[in-house]
Amino acid sequence: MSTRNRSRLGRFAAGLVAATVAVAVTACGTGGGATGDAKTLSLVGYSVPKAAYGSLEKVWAKTADGKDVRWKESYGASGDQSRAVESGLKADYVHFSLETDVTRLVKAGLIADDWNAGANKGMVSDSVVVLAVRKGNPKGIKSWADLVKPGISIITPNPGSSGSARWNILAAYGQVIASGGSEADAEAYLTKFFNNVAALPSSGRDATSAFTGGTGDVLISYENEAILARQSGEDIDYVVPDTTMLIENPAAVLEKADPKAKKWLDFLLSKEGQTEFVKKGFRPVIDGVSVNVEGANDPANPFPAPKKLLTITDDFGGWKDAADKFFDETNGLITKIQKETGKS
Amino acid sequence: MTAPGITVPANRLTTGSRLGLGIATLWFSLLVLLPLVAVVVETSRGGWPAFWQTFTDEQTFAAIRLTLLEALLVTAVNVVIGTLIAWVLVRDDFPGKRVLEVVIDVPFALPTIVAGLVLLSLYGPQSPIGVDVANTRIAVFLAFLFVTLPFVVRTVQPVLAELDTESEQAAASLGASGPVIFRRIVLPSLLPAIVAGAAMSFARAVSEYGSLVLLSGNLPMRTEVTSVRMLSYIENGNLSAAAAVASVLLVAALLVIVALEVLQRKVARRG
Repeated sequence: MSTRNRSRLGRFAAGLVAATVAVAVTACGTGGGATGDAKTLSLVGYSVPKAAYGSLEKVWAKTADGKDVRWKESYGASGDQSRAVESGLKADYVHFSLETDVTRLVKAGLIADDWNAGANKGMVSDSVVVLAVRKGNPKGIKSWADLVKPGISIITPNPGSSGSARWNILAAYGQVIASGGSEADAEAYLTKFFNNVAALPSSGRDATSAFTGGTGDVLISYENEAILARQSGEDIDYVVPDTTMLIENPAAVLEKADPKAKKWLDFLLSKEGQTEFVKKGFRPVIDGVSVNVEGANDPANPFPAPKKLLTITDDFGGWKDAADKFFDETNGLITKIQKETGKS
Repeated sequence: MTAPGITVPANRLTTGSRLGLGIATLWFSLLVLLPLVAVVVETSRGGWPAFWQTFTDEQTFAAIRLTLLEALLVTAVNVVIGTLIAWVLVRDDFPGKRVLEVVIDVPFALPTIVAGLVLLSLYGPQSPIGVDVANTRIAVFLAFLFVTLPFVVRTVQPVLAELDTESEQAAASLGASGPVIFRRIVLPSLLPAIVAGAAMSFARAVSEYGSLVLLSGNLPMRTEVTSVRMLSYIENGNLSAAAAVASVLLVAALLVIVALEVLQRKVARRG
């Protein structure tokens, strides 16, 4: 390389470094601003309720409490979001898919111990596990028993990497017990179940993408996710099985949050707030909310009560026990079954 | 006490180069060294037994084996096909060459999750060309191949363009056949570039996540790659296990890069 070339290259490199530094400094500058504003609330949540929050914020802005509040929002995988807040992401209000993601922040001293002392036990939105199928249900899938028939291919999010996927697996396990089966029967069912699993996408949203992209005959999903997909024009149907699992999504206000955040949470739990969640397919956590839900099987009666509804507290002894028993990395029941079925 | 006429090597650096070296070292430390040290520290937090337990876990081992083997395979393919594409782009003239030049970089430019969606719609169950490899190991291979395509092409291309054709012509006039000319004259000049491209393509494949998650199905023991495995560990709050897997990959990547370097020197010496 000639000297002339080298010096030109040197100048170019110097310019590049200068430009990069400038960009980095600007980026840091904008990131740090605006947080001191008392009227700005930071919402950190998992990705599914994003659509609901869009309209919730608009409705709240029309009230005296919500006037002039500006929002900083962050959405992502529930576990990732919780870990981000734990390691310093600013949040006034958090909404997660799993209770354990809130407990993590309670342990870190960011959320008060009594966050779940209210009438709704800290939950702001509910849903149930459903079976999403192709338009017209060509394989005639109506129950959990239909899933383990030969030739059925199942999509369910990966219970290893997606916390919310665990609702599905517990539903599949619990329905065997609920219909009088033993733990061994439930394990046998899950072995057959995983033998039929064609894909374990990383998150609930990825699973929906894979399913609408043509993979699988049935997607184990959440009622609100199925309704939202139908609202956005996807050609799928869904079945609420006779026995299914109640999904409860917790939310909390951080200890150091702006007082407005508490008002926001109160609003979310009011009839007006719950109505917006319901419109996007979530089941309400309070009584007396009735609106038409577009995308539901029957918009006028969107949330049929299943014959038997399992809950994490009554049927599995809470998330802590369930996480250890079923999803421990080495000894978890599901982990073991997945390894076994993976080998064959 | 410096005797006149003897230059101390450090003084040879001009102010400009010192500044440059300083910035380079700082930059490198902040962006590369510190995170690497953090990974190693996090791994060591669990101690050897924990590291060994992670490594010998069937599911994790299967993921590591799959990722490394497929990355090696993809790199081998890239070395051949990448060099070929670079050759075609530099030496041949054909209609649409400029378009191809641009299209080569698409895997670079495309967000990987978009790449994943594209791959799913092209090679999934609804494939318009009738190829369905969804949820198989071929899907992982395909995703790796897609994201690593530009590396060898882009490193070899400029070197090939600078290469003087005179010595090739001279060799030809002395009666050397095409393959001999390529092996004895062209290849030795291209080798450093090919090796650099191969190393990058291997490293990129090992770390790939976005483009394959939708198509591969993440099936434990079958199509689950290390990045998905690490994500599972993180989800379970087991950071040291995730870091342990990362360390294994790091060592593997280092070994491959060193091996490539040794290979290149050997060939260069023989040439």
